[in-house]
Amino acid sequence: MLAMSTFLLIASAFVASAVEMVEALTILLAVGVTRGWRSALSGLGAAFLALAVVTAVLGPAVTLIPIDALRLVVGALLLVFGLQWLRKAILRASGLKAQHDEEAIYAKQVADATAAGSPAGLDWYGFTLSFKGVFLEGLEVVFIVITFGAAQHHVGLAAIGAAAALVVVTTAGVIVHRPLSRVPENTMKFMVGVMLTTFGTFWGSEGAGVTWPGGELALLGTLGFVLALSLVLVAALQRRSSRLMQPA
Amino acid sequence: MTALRRFGAFWYDFIIGDDWRVAAGVVIAFGLAAMVAAVGGPGWVVVPLAVAVLLTASVWRASGPS
Repeated sequence: MLAMSTFLLIASAFVASAVEMVEALTILLAVGVTRGWRSALSGLGAAFLALAVVTAVLGPAVTLIPIDALRLVVGALLLVFGLQWLRKAILRASGLKAQHDEEAIYAKQVADATAAGSPAGLDWYGFTLSFKGVFLEGLEVVFIVITFGAAQHHVGLAAIGAAAALVVVTTAGVIVHRPLSRVPENTMKFMVGVMLTTFGTFWGSEGAGVTWPGGELALLGTLGFVLALSLVLVAALQRRSSRLMQPA
Repeated sequence: MTALRRFGAFWYDFIIGDDWRVAAGVVIAFGLAAMVAAVGGPGWVVVPLAVAVLLTASVWRASGPS
């Protein structure tokens, strides 16, 4: 039977990677449509190459660190990272921050790329835009895979989740040739924030020498606690924002 | 802005984000959990409690009248 932590590891890596890939795809499609596919795909290829170098350097290095120290550092990083995502997602869900809108981002990228003028030869503007978008979002995916995987000494499992996300997002991008605006990105970000916070709390505490009651089952309890806390905060902030908007 | 500053700004934004107090609180929470666990106490309650306090305080600050 697939262990719960294994399933959660693959699922978390899949969802978190998919969110970043949708953002990269939005930029890539905007460049491809407005500046031509040659520059967009050249930028994509160069970014993949740069990411492969970063992964080759970082991947083996983290597996050499003792597991408890790794869990503490990675747990703390995941928790900071998760709370950051969750904070934004809660503010968005309660209407206090604008929703992330891939359609609007796509329209802005298209307008910027069109305004930059037509090139002769390889379009360096399109290449740079595509490279930067894919490299930066890809770097976040590499970070997710290495940290998620390293805390359980199963980088391969996290990589499977990310690879599955790459297949799904690329297929969707090829089929629709438009930004994936129907993907419920804000909901996905909310869930990723909950998962990162859960994993960070669980692994970081283990790395600090804590023994969880119920062992691995505590992961499920932590997940429920973080989810319930987040939903309560969304409801409380919705009430607060409507109170603040009422005239005195 | 120099390339080094941009590089630093990227990682600061990537890891710390909008509220540095959350990052500082997480570091303190793990230190406290390690101390409680070392003396045989229920160290597992420390970080979930810290998450509740840090997250609530952070979103409350962000949602208040500016």
